[in-house]
Amino acid sequence: MSLAEDAKQLVQGAMQGLMGKAVALAPDSWIPGGKPDPLIRHQHGHIGKPVTRIDGPLKVAGAAPFAAEFPLEGMVYAAVVHSVVARGRIAELDVTAAEAAAGVVAVMTWRNAPRLKAPPVFLSDPKAASGDNLPVMQDDEIHWNGQPIALVLAETQEQADHAKSLVRATYHAAPAVTDIEAAKAEGTKPGVFMGQPLHNKIGDAEEALAAAPVAVDATYTTPGHNHNAIELHAVTAYWRDGTLRLHDATQAVSHTAWTMAKMFGIDEKQVVVTSPFVGGGFGGKTLWQHQVLAACASQLTGRPVRLALSRESVYRMVGGRAPTEQRVALGADRDGRLKALIHRGVTPKTATNVMPEPFILPTRSAYASETMLLDVQVVELDMLANTFMRAPGESVGTFALESALDELAHALSMDPIELRLRNEPEKDPTLGLPFSSRHIDEAWRAGSERFGWSRRNRTPGATREGEWLIGVGCATATYPYYRMPGGAARLTLTRDGRASVDIAAHEMGMGTATAQTQVTAERLGLPLEAVTFNYGDSTLPGLVLAGGSQQTASIGASVIAAHRALVKELLKLAGNDSVLAGLDADEVGGHDGGLCKLDDPERCESYASILNRAGRDSVVVEAEPPMPLETQHWSMHSHGAMFCEVRVNTVTGEVRISRFLGSFDCGRILNAKTAASQFRGGIIMGLGLALMEETQFDPRKGRIMNPSLAEYHLPVHMDVPQIDVMWTDIPDPHAPMGAHGVGEIGITGTGAAVANAIFNATGKRIRDLPITLDKLL
Amino acid sequence: MNLTVNGVVAALPDDPRVSLLDLLREQLRLPGAKKGCNQGACGACTVLLDGERILSCLTLAVQCEGRSVTTIEGVGAPGALHPLQQAFLEHDGFQCGYCTPGQICSALAMADEIRRGVPSHVTGDLTAETIALDRDELRERMSGNLCRCGAHNGIVEAILETFADQTEQLEAAE
Repeated sequence: MSLAEDAKQLVQGAMQGLMGKAVALAPDSWIPGGKPDPLIRHQHGHIGKPVTRIDGPLKVAGAAPFAAEFPLEGMVYAAVVHSVVARGRIAELDVTAAEAAAGVVAVMTWRNAPRLKAPPVFLSDPKAASGDNLPVMQDDEIHWNGQPIALVLAETQEQADHAKSLVRATYHAAPAVTDIEAAKAEGTKPGVFMGQPLHNKIGDAEEALAAAPVAVDATYTTPGHNHNAIELHAVTAYWRDGTLRLHDATQAVSHTAWTMAKMFGIDEKQVVVTSPFVGGGFGGKTLWQHQVLAACASQLTGRPVRLALSRESVYRMVGGRAPTEQRVALGADRDGRLKALIHRGVTPKTATNVMPEPFILPTRSAYASETMLLDVQVVELDMLANTFMRAPGESVGTFALESALDELAHALSMDPIELRLRNEPEKDPTLGLPFSSRHIDEAWRAGSERFGWSRRNRTPGATREGEWLIGVGCATATYPYYRMPGGAARLTLTRDGRASVDIAAHEMGMGTATAQTQVTAERLGLPLEAVTFNYGDSTLPGLVLAGGSQQTASIGASVIAAHRALVKELLKLAGNDSVLAGLDADEVGGHDGGLCKLDDPERCESYASILNRAGRDSVVVEAEPPMPLETQHWSMHSHGAMFCEVRVNTVTGEVRISRFLGSFDCGRILNAKTAASQFRGGIIMGLGLALMEETQFDPRKGRIMNPSLAEYHLPVHMDVPQIDVMWTDIPDPHAPMGAHGVGEIGITGTGAAVANAIFNATGKRIRDLPITLDKLL
Repeated sequence: MNLTVNGVVAALPDDPRVSLLDLLREQLRLPGAKKGCNQGACGACTVLLDGERILSCLTLAVQCEGRSVTTIEGVGAPGALHPLQQAFLEHDGFQCGYCTPGQICSALAMADEIRRGVPSHVTGDLTAETIALDRDELRERMSGNLCRCGAHNGIVEAILETFADQTEQLEAAE
């Protein structure tokens, strides 16, 4: 990013900061969520029930259509050729043999690709979706090792794959910055995330650290990670009557449509993106070059194009989580009260994106400390742009922070849970805002009781069964409540007592349609079967990113707004002849197939009756929720207490997770079954982060060296014990439905809980992820 | 040059490079078998070949001449689900659903392998006549089927419940 762009971001950030102060000081009642969502009072309805996934039968039968499963007449298949140098220019690009190969329709390179604008990079505009801002196949310049340089289009995938091997490229390689240490030696620059500097300072933390009676000070490192959704990134693209249609696998349908429209210089309505099922996203299924290349290739050939990336191409073209080097230093008095909290370090990004891995985010609201210094510095490398991956910041930041808390507890000879509770802040330590809902003490209490924490052996390396050492550890999990601007929803209510919600949201396995059907049915007072939830289509209302665990809140607030509009309309239609006459929208709610006065459930009229009398078949309303000012008025976070038991083999160094418990405080749970799966899924990805996951980046060539599921290790069945989860179910009074999104918090704290358990088992403190067996021998 | 897929005779492709997976997905329009890596590392493409589980991405279609393939579409359809598919629903043994057809096909054959007494890495007594379908046996034998959403617990519960009878029968026989 240029200096001008950085400056622009900082100015925007300062404006947000000023506005934030005004929002912080405003009365609660002026703020969205100032008045609790009436649904919070509904205790015995659909909400929270373990409803089985509505789309489950399709999925278990293999009948749910994914992006690469839309066959089109005359479709051609594509295969990508990648650069093998990190920086420079293409010297020669000989495609004649490929073009002459059987079945080849065209070979697209920078010479014949349609001319496009560069993509708006994610966070540069509310609707921007691109992983970086580099032009896509527009010139001969190489920006990273793995950049697409040619796209082969053929009648079959086999023909495309063979022809790809016939493309010959040579390069004028230029010096590339691909080594973090070398880049650091040239100097770092301050990290900026979402327009705000990644920097907080309270008092003089270094001085307080030096003066503290007890202190720990260590550096923790985490490697790069890749999302590795099992569904490969794929798109089926075609043009019809000037409109580009994409069957995509994305967590951002509307963002993708807008961004593609900008690139092609057309109206955003001329790009239609559908994505009914996404085979896992985790932050990786946004806009990368493959959708653009497919759309270009379809323009070039005049035919529909299917581009399903190989697993290697996903590693080359879709960014992952950047590595981090984090110093955490804690100074405390003898009672364990923090005097100094320092969390600072370095992470690489590219010059073409705005995403430094923000590892200090969890620390900003975690603990009360007299002084604090939080800081992220970045170096810019010539590599594929890094990006958001499940709990960006918190996942790896909590590894360092919560490992350090454990080290301090050990130094103080104090129970690590007691140490954490002793440093519970009364208000947000860096923002000064009140917490909207923080019951972390309850999560710790309930969790430690269920886990049997008090029965542990406090002495490291002292519990043995044969050749196995056994230990337990714990850590705090934390993730913010976000709600992004741009939500909107359409509600349709018909005379037969059915309702549908239309919103451009996403289903990547979270159970969106199921949980939101429950919520909408409850809000309207209808049975589940009477509600249809339509999503995954950019022509539907709303700009709803499935990211930052914000989709639940975004849909929730949008449906609240639409519901209010619906109730107003229904009251108008009901008129003076209704028992509801004279009531306003705040006084009535959905109940038993109609509207009722909230404090007088006998005073009701059914939807059918209202619509019949008004001579209407249906009512359709669309509305947008207010701006998400609640996140600037309260400090809104989810919390968790993570407990882990490990067994470490003294002969081989092998680590086995034998027990894991996540005890969560995430507001009200909307569906006990799907939420439990989200929690477990996050924890299991956290076990991978702790023990095996690593994107191996060659600092000499800037190339990812393990671009396959054989060499990038994920937790498999044998690595995953039965994982216990529990939750407080205490509603956040300021969030829609009282709920927080639960997709990301499970991965936070897990890495530290594992590392702390390994310390308890072996007496070895491993500060470098992943904790592979060589580090324990 | 034919093979049978879910009981229906289908022609083998002209191009010998076509994998069984691509034949199923692209030519026979049976997209239930999934492509997650195309190199035998993820298990999403698992189908049954004459009743045994195979990775269809590492199998050339022409190797299947005269043989019988069962895909997830042949296991059960919405409205007429196999008990194992139903158990996956009950135990939430999936989230995104992409690895699910492979998990289900793999589990069906895995249960049969145990029934036939085929030992695994964690089997204690390799000479035993019968092997119990317990959690460790199941997790070991299903480890070739990756799941990134982290539905492992639900998958294990679904398989255990579905084949509980088998375990009980084996225990009764001992």
